[in-house]
Amino acid sequence: MAVTEAPKIVTSRIGYDDSHTLERYLATGGYEGLRKALAMTPEAVAHEVDTASLLGRGGAGFPAGRKWAMLRKAPVTYLVVNGDESEPATFKDHLLVERDPHQLIEGVLIAAYALQVSQVFIFIRGEFALGLERVQAALNDAYAHGAVGGDIFGSGFSVDVVVHPGAGAYICGEETALLESLEGKRGFPRIKPPFFPAAIGLYGEPTVVNNVETMSNLPWIVLHGGAAFAALGEGRSTGTRLFALAGHVKNPGVYELEMVKTTFNDLINAPVLGGGIPHGRGLKAFIPGGVSAPWFGPDQIDLPLGQDEVGAAGSMLGSGSIVVMDDHTCAVRAAWRITKFFSRESCGQCTPCREGSGWLEKIMERIETGHGREQDLDLLLDACDNIAPGLTWPPQQTTICVLGPSIPSSIGSAVQMFRDEFLVHIKEGGCPYE
Amino acid sequence: MSDTTTPVGAPRRAGHQPAPAPSHLSGPILERARQLIGLYPEPRSALIPLCHLAQEQDGWLTPEAMVDIAGLVGVTPTEVLGTASFYDMLHTEPVGTHVVAVCTNIACLLGGAAELLEHAERSLGVNAGGTTADGAVTLEEAECLADCDRPPCVQVNHRFVGPQTAESFDRLVADLRAGARSDEIPPHGTLNRVVRTTGLGADRDRVAAERAVMAEAQSQRAAAAEAAKTATDGAPKAGGA
Repeated sequence: MAVTEAPKIVTSRIGYDDSHTLERYLATGGYEGLRKALAMTPEAVAHEVDTASLLGRGGAGFPAGRKWAMLRKAPVTYLVVNGDESEPATFKDHLLVERDPHQLIEGVLIAAYALQVSQVFIFIRGEFALGLERVQAALNDAYAHGAVGGDIFGSGFSVDVVVHPGAGAYICGEETALLESLEGKRGFPRIKPPFFPAAIGLYGEPTVVNNVETMSNLPWIVLHGGAAFAALGEGRSTGTRLFALAGHVKNPGVYELEMVKTTFNDLINAPVLGGGIPHGRGLKAFIPGGVSAPWFGPDQIDLPLGQDEVGAAGSMLGSGSIVVMDDHTCAVRAAWRITKFFSRESCGQCTPCREGSGWLEKIMERIETGHGREQDLDLLLDACDNIAPGLTWPPQQTTICVLGPSIPSSIGSAVQMFRDEFLVHIKEGGCPYE
Repeated sequence: MSDTTTPVGAPRRAGHQPAPAPSHLSGPILERARQLIGLYPEPRSALIPLCHLAQEQDGWLTPEAMVDIAGLVGVTPTEVLGTASFYDMLHTEPVGTHVVAVCTNIACLLGGAAELLEHAERSLGVNAGGTTADGAVTLEEAECLADCDRPPCVQVNHRFVGPQTAESFDRLVADLRAGARSDEIPPHGTLNRVVRTTGLGADRDRVAAERAVMAEAQSQRAAAAEAAKTATDGAPKAGGA
């Protein structure tokens, strides 16, 4: 069966028009998970999350329990929630922030209790004006309800939560860049090691950074137990996950699906999900996990939606966004637009990324607009090779953060899968799709 | 005369002349700015939220506002500009009352965004990045705005206005010029109209005391668990001897 009967863990309230209000939240079991957590020891709450083996939902897929465990030895000072969703075609956190802000806040409070943190920052992408308003309004209501602030629910645990607006920079989704931005600076990723902000985070203090969707799973995990979560999915990919489906499908949208049990084919073509490609066209290619991921062709459509399965096939599930391109799509144009994005969003610290993305974008533009040269294909791959040597997957690291080595993914895929199209552009001096 | 109490790396001004009193930001904005600064352990963290506030007052980030912000968070005006210029949403030059952003990234591109942007440029008579002569609209080509199931995605002053066609786009602009949608779309710069209404409700000493009690309880539980483990580990050995 394409779609399992798995419970809706993070999207159970999305159907209600008033899903963002405290009234609706309380009427649908809201803040019960927090009450249960506060009656447990912090270690027991952390143990449930460990048992759930919840993989971080931001893009890297690092187990949340392990991220926390790094800090269990030393007291954590800050919890920072990453709501700077900007990976192209990823729009799941946008949904959670606008439509279920209390669920996010409850998850945040549970995490704060487990980590014994008294100061939380929720960093929300600046472009989500409505989301910022919804989360701040929900937070005001949650304070009035006694769920946040001093001595929450009479538990002897006090915690302050601050909503922090971003100001428009893709790179701030990278957790060390996010911390720099939160310190009031340019969003420059920090040099690694340390690889995690666990030891040296916000203001140099031990800090945990988790994604919005990761946090939103916690109320359910505490209420139903980590084992119930781990029973869903398969292998390392436990629970359900939000998949953001966009591009050439009849029903684009965010779908919560059990991990591994559903395939890309199901997601794209099942009538209750994507509904197939419109206008009777065929599938040309799809991007399986945000534009940083190498593309897949029709022959890989039966792969399951699992982190390890997609990784083994040479790409990544990343941010959980799937972009479908039909057979009338120009591969050169698609790869050019993605490269232009990276060129615009490169923070400029590292030469391979800053210079490489700019030159790649220029070459791609001239091929698409009919001014390409025969040697451009080799030039493209040579420049890609200088950013991510060997063009392997996962890519080699030549820069401070992973933005740089993500740049060649789309060009590498497009050249490898649709080399003929590049040649037609160059030989005929224009785009054959126009 | 050098000031020996100023730590290395601190703004030089700290030891010499106090920051001038804010003179550009209005009273209510200044009050909210001070409230925001109070939310963070370090004042500089409020720099970007304060830039948004200044844009709420002026529509863009003026040099005068940057001087005020610098004084409020304890950095130089140059550092405010140096930070703000990194971010797309902070405009260090004047923009129109309505900043209309058309996303042309991959999902929207597949949904006809490039054609929509071309139409918008023709219809408004400005290229992306430009402002109409009447100052009503600044047109921007945006990167992904995370509303990808409704392409091509358009935002006005960071409010989503749904997928747009060429015809609906022209109606939208006419409505904006007529002020017909000012309830849902405030002027450019106003980001978050919901103000935080509350504080922590517990003083820092109380929070520190809570943490100390919990940390003590945690270490006792850890010690007890360790003792129990040693006892069971030791038991078979003792029995076998």
